[in-house]
Parts: sequence; C-alpha cells; structure tokens
Amino acid sequence: MSSSAETIRVPILTRVEGEGGVTVHTRGDTIESVQLDIFEPPRLFEALLRGRPLEEVPDITARICGICPVAYQMSSVHALEAALKIQITPEIRRLRRLLYCGEWIESHGLHIHLLHAPDFFGAASGIELARTFPNEVQRGLQLKKFGNRLLEALGGRAIHPINVRVGGFHRLPRRDELTPLIPDFEWGLQAAIDATRWVAGFSFPDFQQNYDFVALAHPDEYAMNEGEIVSSSGLRIPANRYDDHFVEHHVPHSTALHAVQREDHRAYLLGPLARVHLNRQKLSPAARRLADEIAFPTHCRNPFMSIVARGLELVHAYEESLSILRDYKPSGPAHVEYDPVAGQGCAATEAPRGLLFHHYAIDEQGKVISARIVPPTSQNQGQIERDVADYLKLRMHESGREQLAIDCEQLVRTYDPCISCSTHFLRVRWEAAP
Amino acid sequence: MVRTAKPRLAVFKFASCDGCQLSLLDAEDELLAVCELVELANFAEASSDLGSGPYDVALVEGSITTSEDAERIRRVRRESGFLITIGACATAGGIQALRNWGRIDEWVSSVYPSPEFISTLATSTPIADHVHVDFELHGCPINQHQLIEVLVAVVEGRRPRVSTHSVCLDCKRRGNVCHVVASAVPCLGPITQSGCGAICPTFNRGCYGCYGPSHQPNPNSLVSQFRSQGHSCDQLVPLLRNFNASAPAFRDASNALTEQMNRDSNP
Repeated sequence: MSSSAETIRVPILTRVEGEGGVTVHTRGDTIESVQLDIFEPPRLFEALLRGRPLEEVPDITARICGICPVAYQMSSVHALEAALKIQITPEIRRLRRLLYCGEWIESHGLHIHLLHAPDFFGAASGIELARTFPNEVQRGLQLKKFGNRLLEALGGRAIHPINVRVGGFHRLPRRDELTPLIPDFEWGLQAAIDATRWVAGFSFPDFQQNYDFVALAHPDEYAMNEGEIVSSSGLRIPANRYDDHFVEHHVPHSTALHAVQREDHRAYLLGPLARVHLNRQKLSPAARRLADEIAFPTHCRNPFMSIVARGLELVHAYEESLSILRDYKPSGPAHVEYDPVAGQGCAATEAPRGLLFHHYAIDEQGKVISARIVPPTSQNQGQIERDVADYLKLRMHESGREQLAIDCEQLVRTYDPCISCSTHFLRVRWEAAP
Repeated sequence: MVRTAKPRLAVFKFASCDGCQLSLLDAEDELLAVCELVELANFAEASSDLGSGPYDVALVEGSITTSEDAERIRRVRRESGFLITIGACATAGGIQALRNWGRIDEWVSSVYPSPEFISTLATSTPIADHVHVDFELHGCPINQHQLIEVLVAVVEGRRPRVSTHSVCLDCKRRGNVCHVVASAVPCLGPITQSGCGAICPTFNRGCYGCYGPSHQPNPNSLVSQFRSQGHSCDQLVPLLRNFNASAPAFRDASNALTEQMNRDSNP
C-alpha cells in the first residue's frame, strides 16, 4: 500500500445533538490522527453564572442543553444544596427521580429510534426508517412522547422545565395531575420491553474495546442523583473527591481539554453501557429479567450495543416511574427553606449520556462566585477518538474511504454525543508524533 | 400562492442549546404528518441526507457569536426563500448575550486555560442584526404548536397566526390568582409575550420572561410597581437580564435600573 497521506473526513456529523465533524489523517496503513471537530461556538456559561443569584442556576444551566436540561438542573441543585448544607425530604428525592426518569425516557427514546436505529438499516433518518418499520418507529415516538408528558406534568414543560428549584420544587403536583399518566406508562413499560427486544436483534459490528467504565453507584437504587463515583477498575470515591481523580487535561499540541484519570491519564467511558455494566443488579425487575432474557453480556464492551443498554434503561425508567406514580400523594413541603451562606459544593448526577459534574462557590448574599461544569460528552471525548482510531484500523483493509467515513460517523453516534453541552469543547487538533 | 412541490425545509444551528429544533422532533403526533407537508432537505439532527440549497424555508436557531457565523448566516440568507428565526437565541441573542455587558477577554480566560485558542466575538447578537428575517418565533424554548402553525402557514401561503399579547391573558384563562397582586411576587407576565401557556404562575412562581417582550410592553410602569412593593434593583436587574436580556425593551429597562443604582450609590 502506498505511504501517501490521506484524509477521511466526515464534515458534519448528522443524527447527533449539536454540531461536530470528524477528520482522520492516515498514512498508508496507519491512522496518524483522529480529530473530533467541534463547531459549537462557546457560550461561556461558567463565566455568565458569576454574580447571579443562586436561585437562577437551575434555570440558566438548563439552557446548556435542550435534550438534557433536567440533568443540568439536578446536578446544579444538588451541588448548591451541598454548598448550603441543606437536606431535601424523601418525598422531594422521589419526585426528582421521577423527573429524571422522564428525561431518560425522552432522551433514550429519541436516540434509539430517530438517531441510532436508522444506522442498522442503511436509512438516512428515523422518518425514512418509518417506511420499512412503521410500527416500531411509531412505537418509539409514543414512548418518547410519554416521557415528555411526564416532564410537562411534573416540570411544567419538557424542554427547560420550570418547576425545579434549590430545595425542591416550586409546587408539588396534585395527585390528579400525575395519575392520568398511569395508563400510558403501563402501555409504555410493555412497549419499552418490545422495543428493546427489537433492538437486541440488530446486527452489531464485531468491535470490542477495553473500557474503564465510570458511573455513579448507590447501594439501594439504580443511581441517578446520588451515590459514589465508581469504575470498573475498582475506583470508589464520594462525588466531592471528583477533582482528586479526574482532571481536564491540556493535551500537548492540542487545543482540547480531555478529561482523563489523574493517576495515569487514561481515558474512560461514561453513559448507559457503563451504568448497565456497573449497576446491572440495581436495574428494575423487568429490566433485569429482560437483560437476562436477551443474554446481554455481563461485560459488554461493544459500543454498538449501547442501543441495547439504552433500551434496558428505558424499561427501567418506565417501571420506576410507574411505581412512583401509583404511590404518589403530595406530602411535605414543595421545597426546603434555607438561608444563604458562603461556601462551596459539588455534585455528580447521571445525565442520559453519563456522569455530569457541577461545582459552585457561593457568597453570604446567595450569589454565585464561581461555577464549574463538566459534561459527560466532554469526558467521553478522549475515549471516542481512541475508539474511532481503533475501529478504523480494523476496517481499513475492507472498506473504501467513503464507507470508512460512514463507519466513523456511525461509531461516534453510538455514544449519543451531546455537543451543545460544549462548555469545554474546543476545535480539536491532534498532531501526530514526528 | 399555490405550490406544486413540497417546500424544501432546512434547519440551521448557531450558538444555542438545540432545544428549539428539538421541539419539532418533540411534536411526536404531528412529526410524520409534517414530513408529508414539507421536504426535510437539510436537517442534520434528524437526517443524514443533507441536500444543498436553495431552500424554500430556513429555520434558524441560535445567535451570532463568531465571525464565521456572521458569514454563515449571510450564506443561509442568500439560499433561503423565507428565513424564520426560532427561539430567544436567534431572536434576542439568548442567555449568552450577557457577555455584551461583560469583558469578553476576561470571560474567555476564566473558562479556558488557553484563551488564545478561542476565537469568539465580544457580543452575542440576534439573527435580525445581520440579515433580513421574515418571521420571528419567540420563546426559550419555542412552542412546538406555534412552529407547526408557522410551517403550515408557509405551505398555505399566508402569514402565521401567532399571538403577541402578554402572558397575563393566558394566566387569567387558566384561572390563576395573580402573584403580583396577591403575593407581591415580581412576575414579568404583564410584559412577556404569550406562548408558554403561563406555566410559571401555574406552578407558583413569577414569570421570568422566556418569551421576550410582548407587543407594546410597559416595563417602566411594571418596574415602578415592583419597586413600590419593596423589591430592590439588585433583584430586578437579573430578572430582566436573562434569556432575552438583549431584547430592546428588557435591555433598556435593566440598563435604566443599573443607572439608577449607580446614581443612588454615587449621589
């Protein structure tokens, strides 16, 4: 094979949230570099939060992302409550999990059916896929819709909910505002099981990576808002020790801030595959049974199978939501009161795409002094680039450049990257070692 | 205007969170029907089929914050029959317009350890500051039913029917008790455009203005009302200066308050 340099380019990643591209420089048989090009202009949230009243933080950080605003709201209120040293009630805690379930349902429903499934059938979009699989796509849209209905009922609206505040909620929903969802969620639980069986039958490229999975873990539940940060290589730390173990690292000759583990600059992987790997026993009963029925591997290291992990989490979210909805009776205060105190606090919660870390410093007037936000896709960036390089090495001899570009894009899509959450994304340039 | 072919729709994203274009994908019951009405010629989030222009309708989300984007919106304008802006970023500059009051160099270096690699403008500006816009849909996020109405209007060759009255009318229709009157909560409902369905007052909080200024707002009168209820400039400035901070009516009102604060502390 010639040793001339060539470039494989995906100019615009489609069916992902936000604006990105991939550039791969090859020379002969070698991958010289992989660039995840991010076109998202920086909006500078961490700067604009300074000096704002802390009450605004959940409303403002929601606007980091239209698909996962609840994740930003949850990480921000938990971090601020840590700074204020206040505890929420068990009822508020349950409702926050219900809200997060709504978001996982909407986000996973969207990704599975409209963004990812088309790849397995050579379709350009979910709309095109609907021509060959009308019932499955329609089912996917309904599954997603009920997630949005839950967010509307509990959060006020699905995109940028308005009912979340530091200390809890502005108003607890009445029982009759939530119970009408129950029949739809009963349908949804069975539909999610059927949808997961459908995706489990897809034909997955044979590609395994040796991931260091990282996620929250909790002794009593499938972790969402609370827990320790654990990894598949044995890490177990409280969330407030995040900075001791993970660092946004300025790679030499690169403009990217890659999050790596401090110990040895290893990349790591967040998201559904990591969560199912680390917390499988905490999945809801129907999700656990389904995982066994479809023989979901105990050590699943194939990123293309993340669609199945999302399906399992969709089942879990429907089952847990049903349980909370059936028992729901408004009780206790809508929110816990507090007095502003100077301090710092941080929190990690599980966004649909993985662990989202927030840190805030506040003053005695209740104003934000500083904010630090580390989104899951930023943290996955290093692993994504490594995976693209490794996958292309496997495929280089079989496929022409045009197919390789498609393969690249399809692999990136398996991470469900959320590029607008680009508080630390820059245009990436990797220079090959001379 | 009678159309023989489906109008070709393109969706473009600038500095934004993606929520406004997502609201089209969130119209689950209507989505497939909408796709019968218009051809999704270039909608990167939904489809890998990226057709080149010209387009009959372009939906533009996001504000202009880089010189590349200032160039790109001009290309979009040239390629589009109707250009419709969707959401507070595109219509008012968004929350990122707070940089217009700050010092951009200091902001960039507070976020990035190597600020020299960042190229961004000192301002975040709405699309209409750069090119002619045929219709603006307010909201953070927009209302998906209003978006569908706009698309149907394009297909039918008529002007979209989108209400510009204030949130108060929607609040009264929902039977809400007024928080300003009953609880002295500073609520921007009286000067904010309808579209959200008055959700914040329905959930026991004051409106914070996501839909931007309503038609013919009177912010000065509302602000005096809040001041006489005992709210400080310190509380009212952030209320006016968030997602639609740079919309002229809100911008002028928050600037007048900060001038007042400066006069009060430097008599």
